[in-house]
Amino acid sequence: MTRRLSGIPASLQRGFRRSVHRAAAAGLLAAALAIPGTAALVAAPAMAQETPVRGGVLNSIVQPEPPTLMLGLNQQGPTQTVAGKIYQGLLTYDRKLNPLPSLAESWTVSPDGLTYTFKLFQNVKWHDGKPFSAADVVFSTSKFLMEVHPRARAVFSRCESIKALDDHTVEFKLKEPFPAFIQAFEVSSAPIVPAHIYEGSDYRTNPANNTPIGTGPFKLKEWVKGSYIQLVRNEDYYKKDLPYLDGITFRVIPDAASRSLALESGQVQQTQYSDLEPFEVPRMKTLPNVTLTTEGYEFVAPMAWLEINHRVKPLDDKRFRKAIAYAIDRKFIRDKIWFGLGRVPTGPINSVVKFYDPKVTTYEPSPEKAKALLDEMGLKPDAKGVRATVKLMPMPYGETWTRLGEYLKQALGKVGVAVVLESTDAAGWAQRVANWDYEITTNFLYQYGDPALGVARTYISSNIRKGVLFTNTMGYSNPKVDELFDQASRENDPAKRQEQYSEVQRILSDDLPVVWLLEMEFPTFLDKRVKNANTTAIGVNDTYESVWLAK
Amino acid sequence: MMKSDFWRAFVRNKGAVLGLVILIAIVVLAAFASVFFPGDPWEMATAPFQPPLSEDALLGSDMLGRDIASGIAHGARVSLLIGLTSTAAALAIGVTLGALAGFHGGKVDDAIMRFTELFQTIPNFVLAVVLVAIFTPSLTTIVLAIAIVSWPPLARLARAEFLSLRTREFVQAAITTGQSSTSIILRQILPNSLSPIIVSASLMVATAILLESSLSFLGLGDPNAMSWGYMIGAARTVIRQAWWMSVFPGLAIVLTVLALNLVGEGLNDALNPKLARSRG
Repeated sequence: MTRRLSGIPASLQRGFRRSVHRAAAAGLLAAALAIPGTAALVAAPAMAQETPVRGGVLNSIVQPEPPTLMLGLNQQGPTQTVAGKIYQGLLTYDRKLNPLPSLAESWTVSPDGLTYTFKLFQNVKWHDGKPFSAADVVFSTSKFLMEVHPRARAVFSRCESIKALDDHTVEFKLKEPFPAFIQAFEVSSAPIVPAHIYEGSDYRTNPANNTPIGTGPFKLKEWVKGSYIQLVRNEDYYKKDLPYLDGITFRVIPDAASRSLALESGQVQQTQYSDLEPFEVPRMKTLPNVTLTTEGYEFVAPMAWLEINHRVKPLDDKRFRKAIAYAIDRKFIRDKIWFGLGRVPTGPINSVVKFYDPKVTTYEPSPEKAKALLDEMGLKPDAKGVRATVKLMPMPYGETWTRLGEYLKQALGKVGVAVVLESTDAAGWAQRVANWDYEITTNFLYQYGDPALGVARTYISSNIRKGVLFTNTMGYSNPKVDELFDQASRENDPAKRQEQYSEVQRILSDDLPVVWLLEMEFPTFLDKRVKNANTTAIGVNDTYESVWLAK
Repeated sequence: MMKSDFWRAFVRNKGAVLGLVILIAIVVLAAFASVFFPGDPWEMATAPFQPPLSEDALLGSDMLGRDIASGIAHGARVSLLIGLTSTAAALAIGVTLGALAGFHGGKVDDAIMRFTELFQTIPNFVLAVVLVAIFTPSLTTIVLAIAIVSWPPLARLARAEFLSLRTREFVQAAITTGQSSTSIILRQILPNSLSPIIVSASLMVATAILLESSLSFLGLGDPNAMSWGYMIGAARTVIRQAWWMSVFPGLAIVLTVLALNLVGEGLNDALNPKLARSRG
């Protein structure tokens, strides 16, 4: 074991510089020497020229309260936002989804696309003081995540071997090329957990799950259930002088109106994801003390759609699904129901995700075309003008989704498709969708940066799995689509991959297995004093090592 | 002249007359909703967030551009329908059980009253929420849930009336002449105990409307039926931007419940003349 105790290792300096670049804070090194408090006096025109200062506690919201902070076991949104400060992945990603260092300071990919080698930062310590090494990475990816993390299992089961070449080098050898592999090291996709705590234990019941031990810049100090989660600065963090903040406190505020009030009154300096309902956004963005951004969700890249059960007639007929697409005005949905948050989608891949291709069949709102398609199918209107009756079960995720259900009922009613709304609770919804016991529902899925990771799963027929949510629950099956997704996932040449994904997007936009409604955007509100927050594709879930508070 | 006595006593209460006028107006609105506002109240008729007195929407439009006035008119139907049918159902359960308990006394009474108390110990609204949530919201389940939580007071009332009336001479006479229990309950006691039951039933309609509104406010209304509670529940979140979306349906509920209470009061005066006189 080589551990240099004096001086900063060259590799650490390199990584340090890279993270400086990532944070776009050119004056970072100088900041270490700067006297706290001078920052406010320097009237810098651009944020990048402001000098970070140490100290201060950032207050934010966590909603709903996560069941655990052990990120390896639970990857719900709120868990990610809090635990993303405690745990780290090997990589994080810039807005264009290019990899950036996190626990790995550099990496290489062999030309055949089969071997990925990661060089890890030195001097990294777990929050309990034990040193972090390549063995932790090998344990996490080859044992821990394989057992408890379905999304990681799908990725790391493609590995032939995962080896520690030395204490700070890890080598992943793949069975066959899988270029999306490099997108799979974000903190929630592959959180690195301490082998010395979990090795040989029952992961799910390990008592250490209540006191998460990570490598990140913040440690869990106190979690008062139903009230707040308090993180404090990790004094032993391996990047010198980081983090800037003394701590981050996440407040549990279950009531939506109180959450917006907390931001308005300055009680919290940050809100994210669905903390604020879309209808609050137009009002909140006029507040003088906060800024609104919808960036920082490129990695999750949520896509909302109308999920259609192909086992039910006439929903199995693509003309019917096209009629639905023509009957709906997606701009209205975006502007009036989501209050302008989001983008009108063209096809299955979110436009911020790699290999997106806009050259596909699109469906401008046209009730006439919808009616023509229904006529062609022989669905003539009866005395009441009804051609067909379908059941719509809106996702029970808050009132925006309820409004969407009401809108869809009206819009489809206008072309003669009568909609009966069914209401359920969250558990009932998940149960019914997973078991194919629905006709039409609304749903949204994250795309995780690469079609092979977050898009293919919805459309390939090998993923028709009864009882499992977020699979191909529609029962859509097209051998050509299966083949293209499969080929593209193994193709090393980006140009060829693009061709394959473009073709699959063209086929899907014509088959219309689901009707895409919205590329969702989440609002992040930040107090203007919060600097350097939300700079990557994982935005608020990132470590916040270089976030600072202006005085 | 029974009828004119009743009328005279009723109109002596000015509030009751006002209540009756409002109530008739609401019934007319509900009955002719499709005439005043043809088409579907869910229809997005105009631009969203139109304030009151705009061109296509007298009382403004909601966040999807649905006409508030149309929603109120069609919502009146649902509110009245649920109020009346659930009260009828509660009457059926409550009066039957109360009559049996009061008439037979003894073990039957004990058993029925313990059963009633079981329901009375559970908070009304919580039970209604649970019932609707379990049986998925629809007009039928909402009516049943409201009936199930509302019958115990009626049962107690009916029991009290039956207990006091069954010792009266005309009932004793009927028993000695060998009339059957059913016949005594239905022909002798029930007609004489109706007044207090009618009064509390009229108040119960108001409670039922409030219960239905609260359920739909919480999102447990029938998703296919426009109702006042739903309108307020949906608009509550934008109340700072658009007060009219929740205020007008709120007024509709207030007026209806007020009218029903006033009418109930008037009925009380008219049906219990002694009580009315003693109040001056």
